[in-house]
Amino acid sequence: MLRVIVQVIQRDLLLAVRQKADVLNTLFFFVVVVTMVPLGIGPEPNQLRAIAPGVVWVAALLAAILSLARLFANDYVDGTLEQMLLSSEPLPLIVLGKAAAHWLVTGLPLTIMSIVFGVVFDLGVTETGVMVASLLLGTPVLSLIGAVGAALTLGLRGGGVLTSLLVLPLYIPVLIFGSGAVGAAASGVSYAAYLLLLGAFLLFAAVLTPWAVSLALRISVE
Amino acid sequence: MNTVSASPRVGLFWFSSPQTFFPLAGRMIPLFAALAIGLGLVGLYIAFFVAPTDATQGESYRIIFIHVPAAWMSMFLYVVMAFWAAVGLVFNTRLSSMMATAIAPTGALMTFLALWTGALWGRPTWGAYWVWDARLTSELILLFLYLGFIALQAAIDDPRRADKAGAVLALVGVVNIPIIYFSVQWWNTLHQGASVSITRAPSMATTMLWGMLIMALAFWMYSIAAVLHRVRSIIVARERRAEWIRELLAEGRLK
Repeated sequence: MLRVIVQVIQRDLLLAVRQKADVLNTLFFFVVVVTMVPLGIGPEPNQLRAIAPGVVWVAALLAAILSLARLFANDYVDGTLEQMLLSSEPLPLIVLGKAAAHWLVTGLPLTIMSIVFGVVFDLGVTETGVMVASLLLGTPVLSLIGAVGAALTLGLRGGGVLTSLLVLPLYIPVLIFGSGAVGAAASGVSYAAYLLLLGAFLLFAAVLTPWAVSLALRISVE
Repeated sequence: MNTVSASPRVGLFWFSSPQTFFPLAGRMIPLFAALAIGLGLVGLYIAFFVAPTDATQGESYRIIFIHVPAAWMSMFLYVVMAFWAAVGLVFNTRLSSMMATAIAPTGALMTFLALWTGALWGRPTWGAYWVWDARLTSELILLFLYLGFIALQAAIDDPRRADKAGAVLALVGVVNIPIIYFSVQWWNTLHQGASVSITRAPSMATTMLWGMLIMALAFWMYSIAAVLHRVRSIIVARERRAEWIRELLAEGRLK
């Protein structure tokens, strides 16, 4: 069972390594969006420190959305996806592997990059640590929920914008508790509850979304 | 269904065929429309002439008779839509999916109406058209969910695929709504921004409550009539090549 997941992850990672531009573009987008905010708001340090968690999280959401198109589209075009649907291995497991690979090439780099933003926005060590932890727990949820949207809009015209429209409202709880954790750490309140809730979302999404994605894929490819 | 009898038997699935449902819906629309108008007139009469002026908010509170029923319907209709979508997905009944598609615009309308009247009510009472209150924010997100459902179905040309994809989205949405609602509520209590609260329930005069309940019933009847009307249009659009539609057309009975 684990073997299927590992193989799918290996394959997708190999594909990502061969097309480095895709991965780097998402990361670059994340950096550029976060950089735009001080330019738009002004360089006042206290203000920037206050909005930093929200800015980083919203940018992470947008970057995740943008990278969703890549999740199934290439496999759909070259026919690999049909082979996956026909495979005797359980489809939810394959989907789980694909979502994990997607997180490894988008969510994880963003999380690492956010350390730099912790420094740039002059957050403390604890706040930066909490931000990294919240992103570590939250970005896999973005990949999992996003996979539902990507599967539903597979092969549709204007799929990219449509995916954002479908998926962004569903991202709201992750956004609230992700940036809330950093906000709580900044104001000296306990942030454990936020991280626990993010962990709960992750488990919940990991159990349920692969089934929804599988169903959506079968509908879209049918 | 274990046995398929040769003679048409009115059972659970009898009206699940568009052909049998179409005339039934046609007969029910005038009934529910009349009920909507009648109850609406009674409700509005109570709202404007019977219900007393509110002690703290004056006359501006009277928009509650539109606002609260619209908000109730907006939430209720999403659940009903998800229910029919799920039935359509599980039993593969075309009519159930058509019902879900027909409910979505009415639900979105109710959500928009609740937001709009809420803004008009908020201006005189709170001094702002919009505050980031938990209820307002959740209602706005509900509008996004409706619009997402409508947009997804509009983007798919094949009606059967649109039905199923919409059903998956509606079900994912229905699982998410409680999570979104509670997270927005928690978010709101932690950001102590909005100093106003609409959760403090004022002791309501009995006539006000009656007016509101009657208006809610009127909205309910209107929704049923509007949805049935829309589902009839969808049936005609999708089944236009079916023999029975052609017969109705030939007889001039398709208005």
